[in-house]
Amino acid sequence: MKARVTVTLKSGILDPQGKAIEGALKSLGVDGVASVRQGKVFDIEISGSDKAKAEATLKAAADKLLANTVIENYRVEVLS
Amino acid sequence: MKSAVLVFPGINRERDMARALRLASGREPSMVWHAETSLPGGTDLVVVPGGFSYGDYLRCGAIAARAPIMDAVRDFAANGGLVLGVCNGFQILCEAGLLPGVLMRNAQLKFVCQDVHMRVERSDTPFTRGYNAGQVIRVPIAHGEGNYEADEDTLKRLEGEGRVLYRYCSAEGVIDEPSNVNGAAHSIAGIVNERGNVLGMMPHPENHVEDIMGCTDGRGLFAGLVAHLERAA
Repeated sequence: MKARVTVTLKSGILDPQGKAIEGALKSLGVDGVASVRQGKVFDIEISGSDKAKAEATLKAAADKLLANTVIENYRVEVLS
Repeated sequence: MKSAVLVFPGINRERDMARALRLASGREPSMVWHAETSLPGGTDLVVVPGGFSYGDYLRCGAIAARAPIMDAVRDFAANGGLVLGVCNGFQILCEAGLLPGVLMRNAQLKFVCQDVHMRVERSDTPFTRGYNAGQVIRVPIAHGEGNYEADEDTLKRLEGEGRVLYRYCSAEGVIDEPSNVNGAAHSIAGIVNERGNVLGMMPHPENHVEDIMGCTDGRGLFAGLVAHLERAA
């Protein structure tokens, strides 16, 4: 099964990279960008076909390694 | 002082650290590979050196923090053993949950490699007894992610419990914005855990220990550790 874990910075955490990207977009003349926050996407192939089990696996992966929950939130999705 | 220096793939300051430890203690430190599951018997001090473990992939220190040896380090720290993490070592200790908070990208988004001044906030700890409280020392830094951040409650606790041992300052010892090289909260350069036996710091004291380095201000940290352990013995 295809799955995705999305990791984003918690609100209130300073994101200097997002700020730099925001500035670059503005200097490129891309209008209407109010702000940018950068995150990470992990595309993961899960073996087996048990969706609930896959979600538990993804959650464990995110808690143990993929996200630092001091500063980051995450979302897990089983895509197919 | 019997010290153990952890070695992870991508770490590059382990030899500098071993040299500084040898100079201070007169004993050869053990180099301990990350895949080991135990520390050498009789270890007094575990050092997590600087570098770029696992190429800083995912987050700085994140993968090294989950290495097999880290369970042994956690047990060692829980039993009161002294642990020192420098630079990437500080990041690894935070990721391993041995220290609170996180080291974020430097506020100005640049890798900074230069000497900085740090104020020693207190001298009554194993990691600072080689200095006087308020003393200003000069040490090098070399990092892109050294901007210490933690939530307000954690910062309040760190300050209230006197757990900030080293702070970026001017040559005169003034804590101000220009000397806060990476934008760290409260100009924090080094903190200890609640029990006071685990120190993480971004600057590299091991690189200022010999005359040929142009400065020996880093010696005090190692000499202090040796003195502390001799007294405890």
